[in-house]
Amino acid sequence: MILAAEAGLADVGKLLVYSAMAVYTVAFLAYIAEWTFGSRSKVARSAAALATAPEGGPAAGAGEPGGGVRVTVRAAGGGTRELTRPKVVTRSAAPGRDGIPDGPGAAGGDERGDTYGRIAVSLTVLAFLLHFGGVLLRGLAVQRAPWANMYEFSTTFSMVAVGGFLGFLAARRNVRWLGLPLVTTVLLDLGLAVTVLYSETDQLPPALQSVWLWIHVSLAIVCGAMFYLGMVATVAFLLRDRYEGRLADGGTPGRFAASVLERLPSSVSLDKFAYRINAVVFPLWTFTIIAGAIWAENAWGRYWGWDPKEVWSLITWLGYACYLHARATAGWRGRKAAYLAIAAFLCFLFNYYGVNMFVDDSLHSYADVDG
Amino acid sequence: MSGGDDATEQRQTDGDAPAVREEEAAAPGSGSFGGARAPGLVGGAAWTARELTGWARWSWRQLTSMRVALILLFLLALATVPGSLIPQRDANPVLVAEFKERHGTLGGLYDRFQLFDVYSSVWFSAVYILLFVSLAGCIVPRTLQFADQLRGRPPRAPRRLTRMPAYTAWRTGQAPEGVVEAAHGLLRRRRFRTSPAADGGSVAAEKGYLREAGNLLFHVALIVMLLAFAAGQLYRSEGGKLVMVGGGFANTLIQYDDFRSGALFDVDGLEPFHFDLDEFHASFHREGPDLGTPIDFRAEVTYWRAGDDDNEGRKATIRVNHPLTIGDAKVFLIGHGFAPLVTLRDGQGEVAFAGPVPFLPQDSALTSSGVIKVTDYTGPDGERDQLGFQGFFSPTFRLNAERGPHSSFPDPDDPVLTLTGYHGNLGLDSGIPQNVYQLNTRWMEQFTDDSGEPLRVNLRPGESWELPDGRGTLTFEGYERWASFQISTPAANGWALTGAVGAVLGLTASLLIQRRRIWVRAVPDPDGPPGSTLVEMASLGRAESAKIPEELADLAAALQDHAPPLPEAGRTGTGEAEESGTAEPTPEPEQEPEQEPEPEQEPEQEPEQEPGTAAGPSAEPSAGHREGAMP
Ligand code: HEM
Repeated sequence: MILAAEAGLADVGKLLVYSAMAVYTVAFLAYIAEWTFGSRSKVARSAAALATAPEGGPAAGAGEPGGGVRVTVRAAGGGTRELTRPKVVTRSAAPGRDGIPDGPGAAGGDERGDTYGRIAVSLTVLAFLLHFGGVLLRGLAVQRAPWANMYEFSTTFSMVAVGGFLGFLAARRNVRWLGLPLVTTVLLDLGLAVTVLYSETDQLPPALQSVWLWIHVSLAIVCGAMFYLGMVATVAFLLRDRYEGRLADGGTPGRFAASVLERLPSSVSLDKFAYRINAVVFPLWTFTIIAGAIWAENAWGRYWGWDPKEVWSLITWLGYACYLHARATAGWRGRKAAYLAIAAFLCFLFNYYGVNMFVDDSLHSYADVDG
Repeated sequence: MSGGDDATEQRQTDGDAPAVREEEAAAPGSGSFGGARAPGLVGGAAWTARELTGWARWSWRQLTSMRVALILLFLLALATVPGSLIPQRDANPVLVAEFKERHGTLGGLYDRFQLFDVYSSVWFSAVYILLFVSLAGCIVPRTLQFADQLRGRPPRAPRRLTRMPAYTAWRTGQAPEGVVEAAHGLLRRRRFRTSPAADGGSVAAEKGYLREAGNLLFHVALIVMLLAFAAGQLYRSEGGKLVMVGGGFANTLIQYDDFRSGALFDVDGLEPFHFDLDEFHASFHREGPDLGTPIDFRAEVTYWRAGDDDNEGRKATIRVNHPLTIGDAKVFLIGHGFAPLVTLRDGQGEVAFAGPVPFLPQDSALTSSGVIKVTDYTGPDGERDQLGFQGFFSPTFRLNAERGPHSSFPDPDDPVLTLTGYHGNLGLDSGIPQNVYQLNTRWMEQFTDDSGEPLRVNLRPGESWELPDGRGTLTFEGYERWASFQISTPAANGWALTGAVGAVLGLTASLLIQRRRIWVRAVPDPDGPPGSTLVEMASLGRAESAKIPEELADLAAALQDHAPPLPEAGRTGTGEAEESGTAEPTPEPEQEPEQEPEPEQEPEQEPEQEPGTAAGPSAEPSAGHREGAMP
């Protein structure tokens, strides 16, 4: 039963989500401005790098970690002395692509673009805080984990995705380019959540009353959100890879590619970024499925019953396992592995939206005690 | 992953025999493996045997190759899909029956291809069994290889360190021996396994063995999980029982309403216990957006285990998500409903039937349907007859044109029993087992009113229905509640959990730990000023990780404490050298990132070499296991 005060909380929570959407919209426009101003820069680094770096040769300046970074080394005596780290030359996966530097980012080195980009990121932070508040109030209002129906799931999901993005930014990763695609989809997701998926439901059906709801579902949301970031990076990788490939073959990419893709990180960086996310999240996803199995054993007396939700979790898992395997198999790295990663993420999406909406023969529909 | 690659490598090495022998095969009388066929019966037999074993070994190598493992993994994912889209007999036989009724031919076709039983089908089993055979065939050699590596030492520095994925060099005034020694100490302090070269000019180090260990653990854990799952299927049992409040259940086969068990389950092994259902409570939201949705279900039971005193049962509460565990068995609350209490007096005024009849819920407001079968009935004229009633129980009664009689709320606020009646032959002795919840009206005649319309009555508790033609009265006395339970005896759950935990731990180690090698070499520098030493460091990681070059930079910085760079050479690496254009001690970067053979049979090899690259066991896997190093 909703008490008046709780109903008030829920309303304020929803209001916060609406405010977050408004701010995301402004952030979206700011990202657009960043990309637009950035398009004026005509640096064309990738092409230059490809033109100069001999095929297969380790190119100078390519991804040199610690290259020229000043480090302070503490001497045994307690004194410190400044020293510049030795430069390390690296070679990476794609011979010939090593030398291609990361693009300059959406702003393309343009000052106004960069200003807009910073504004966009600040707005994203603000929107994230509102978004977070909305989810939190929802949780307080219903007095349980705020992820028990599609509305709650969707709002939490996009919140975690934005949180992950901001976390990467805070860790100084080269991910600002992710802002525009991310905010676009977050807006779509929240739009769906507050309209089609909105549900007043505040109570948990008995089938969901379990600590495993906290563990299993929250993990699933985190995995999904991070896999999503990985997927965006993978799509970017595919585009950028094609672009670099065309340049390497001496072709001229279209104007869109030349302007937009040029500004993305190099295909090597994108691939690594996506791989790292997927590789870190995969064990977590494995654990999520296991937590679900333990819960199912508690609720229904069997840990695995080939229920559609379980089946699609497994398919998603197998998809990502294929991806990781592919990356260790000759002839399957790069684009083929990337397609597998995208397919795996689509399976994840289908599990959340598709199975809930189209497959009705699932115990996970929580309709009744019999369910 | 190194270890695995050795294994794969070795397989690969002799695995491409057919390709290698193609030319031979072209010659008449020769085989793919058997070589020339000696004349005569014996020669033929020997040739055939050689051919067969050759092909068998070749197939085995294919099966256990990374590529085939990947394909099988992918196939398994695909094969898993249809079972989630097509109703499965195991989970929902009713849906399957409906589907087959609606789509006749398609249903038949699905049946032919076992699409209603995907997860026990031949083709699904084939895929996962092949995958697991492949997995086993993969793990064993990898484990042996890994054990070898643990016993061995990190391989000596390759001649050209510049070819390694991360490389740095500088010139120092320190003597080479001192530098190598310092590097050795440094690496040991950082917990590398180290191996100084005999000539004292270099040191090799390796770290991150846990990665391979984790990877092996993960793959072994998968097998454990599969076996546990299979054992669980074979040894488990599961049954359902509907219990009236006030009634009870004893865990023996005959007491179950339905019972399923694995092929190897021992029925005598059912956990001996019995329980009584003392009370059942259900509560629902009475207002707000969740009106009618459940808040809580609770079954209060008293249970006895074998050997317990009859008078002193143990009390327990069973709720959804909170099963009662008794020994090996678990008792789950899975449903609940109402059982109208009816009394039927026959034409003679005798009580022909009395008792609660469980009705099954049809919707979330607990509109329940059921049938009452009266077998022992005497008609008004003293003739033997049978009666059957069919209808609904609505805890909170509503009647509208659209849905007819139904319930609008799951609590019994206004309970009504809606019935139509039949008399005649219930068909119970026809030999076909009957569902107690269904009425076969084939040989029965419906009670009708004067105009021939079927009679339908709505009874509230205490009300009676005078059956037509003096056939007696049916009284709706009230209702009771029932709860249904599932009693499961799981098997091998502990193993499954062990496997699962192992898989997660192994995966985490495998994906988060980097296995890498580092080489440090210090030699007198002929190109530098007299007495100067060229220090070279290189590292080789399994996966491309930014951390590995960073670590190398770190180590180099630390080593520079002992071997400070000479001022004019600066802190130089090839990259900068090229940029600045100063003469540098570093060799020219190679055009081809191919690595030179390592001195020992060394692992760092691509999991799968392109066929044909490894010509024979002597062809050393190049150190270029890095993705970029593929020829
Ligand atoms: C049940 C099927 C299998 C599943 C679910 C599976 C899953 C995985 C996963 C998720 C990884 C990534 C972990 C990592 O990169 O360290 C991996 C790595 C690996 N798997 Fe499997 N695998 C299966 C079967 C096999 C088979 C049959 C083989 C033998 C050919 C194999 C050989 C390997 C090797 C060598 C690696 C290391 C790759 C690397 O370190 O990057 N796996 N496996």
